[in-house]
Amino acid sequence: MLKFPIYLDNNATTPMDPRVLETMIPYFTEHFGNAASRNHPFGWEAEEAVDYAREQVAKLVGADPKEIIFTSGATEGDNLAIKGVYEMYASKGNHIITATTEHKAVLDTCKHIEKLGGEVTYLQVKEDGLIDLAELEAAIRPTTILVAIMYANNEIGVVQPVKEISTIAKKHGVLFFTDAVQAVGKIPVDVLKDGIDLMAFTAHKMYGPKGIGALYVRRKNPRVKVTAQMDGGGHERGMRSGTLNVPGIVGFGKACELARLEMADDAARLSKLRDKLENALLQIEESYVNGNREHRLPHVANISFKHVEGEGLLMGFNKNIALSSGSACTSASLEPSYVLKALGLGDDLAHSSLRFGLGRFTTEEQIDYTIEQISNTVHKLRDMSPLWEMYKEGIDLNSIEWAHH
Amino acid sequence: MAYSEKVIDHYSNPKNVGTLDKGSKSVGTGLVGAPECGDVMRLQIQVDDATGVITDAKFKTFGCGSAIASSSLATEWLKGKTVDQAMAIDNMDLVEELNLPPVKIHCSVLAEDAIKAAINDYRVKNGLEELVFEEKGVH
Repeated sequence: MLKFPIYLDNNATTPMDPRVLETMIPYFTEHFGNAASRNHPFGWEAEEAVDYAREQVAKLVGADPKEIIFTSGATEGDNLAIKGVYEMYASKGNHIITATTEHKAVLDTCKHIEKLGGEVTYLQVKEDGLIDLAELEAAIRPTTILVAIMYANNEIGVVQPVKEISTIAKKHGVLFFTDAVQAVGKIPVDVLKDGIDLMAFTAHKMYGPKGIGALYVRRKNPRVKVTAQMDGGGHERGMRSGTLNVPGIVGFGKACELARLEMADDAARLSKLRDKLENALLQIEESYVNGNREHRLPHVANISFKHVEGEGLLMGFNKNIALSSGSACTSASLEPSYVLKALGLGDDLAHSSLRFGLGRFTTEEQIDYTIEQISNTVHKLRDMSPLWEMYKEGIDLNSIEWAHH
Repeated sequence: MAYSEKVIDHYSNPKNVGTLDKGSKSVGTGLVGAPECGDVMRLQIQVDDATGVITDAKFKTFGCGSAIASSSLATEWLKGKTVDQAMAIDNMDLVEELNLPPVKIHCSVLAEDAIKAAINDYRVKNGLEELVFEEKGVH
């Protein structure tokens, strides 16, 4: 029996795995100690739990436990990495390279850096959402201190050529930071093999709790340091002060362990379901996949249905299916997704997109239902769409003088 | 954001979806909005030349649920009104009837613009001068 609503917005957040919750519970009540309390068993217990979790987290990404700095999440990790490097390496230079399709936590942090007097290059992406490696290399200057490119995109799921990016950065003696929120726990990420110097990720995108994340900071070849962005007790090797969120950390650790053990099976199952969904929806006339289909997360699809508006489309089934759209009719600006626009999509196609994020608890039955509902709604709305009627009559929509407002 | 029941009702069972013969002298067509902005409305009225009464109204809309509901409701209101009465339809009446939140007011403005554009199209076809309407400028 299908249970509603169906959740297909796993790029926004994931439900917590019950096995994660179970490991966390004792750390709220019984083992409530402060991990920094050195002089009694409550503190020791908490510290031990944190140490264990730190190992679990490190192991998932091939890091040394000492290289894991716990944060409140990836937004903080992005801020700490970029601002921390900018301050720490100020004597080396003030130039950062990033891309236009990054998450706002990276883009807005870079904007902040510019206000402080730093310089930022925003690389355009190609039509498939990937950056151009030659353009990256050409953008490096003597004053460049950091390349900040995400591992996988949150809206279209494309996976950037991280290894090639890090090779270029290393060649020029520039640090490489990656926001790997969507990738860690979903596809193999290895900080050594990938040549990553700093990496932000978070628990709630991988079936762990909200409010806990980590910043990987490399300790060897090279030894990387970031300036703390919060003053206090000097926790986390002085890079991130604040009493450790012990239950969150324990849950994060467990989520990482489960991801490490189950990632391959999850990915294989979800890519089959995703392909089934995508292939079925592509049977609909004038529907398009956004972003590179080969270099992509196994559980993500972003599809535009021409001449149907995304929010109107969602309304057809959003009581029963939770999805997100690249259209932003609710915002005052009416601006559609900047990521889709960066791919060169016209505003009309960007307004017509849906993002699917499958997850560990997605079933085939849910996918079958989703295919049926979306197909029905697209057809219904196209019967109601003046653009579809004009398209069918062979009218070139670009030839019409629209009253832009 | 939750939609009001009336918006959901118009979205689920839209009234008067369709196309009138835009070549006919007694039909006025208004096409407003732009695909880039995420909403386009086409509203058409069929006018009885003798009485000036709108005997039929049809719409097609590309847009969110509120845009669809605004145009659906507008066609309901247009039927049976004279062209002069139709000109008095105000977007805020649509907002009130549909309980549109502030971010969706532009949908109602678009519907009002579509009504006026349809009336003007009808007037021009019948040798009357185009009316100039005040810009609401809330889009």
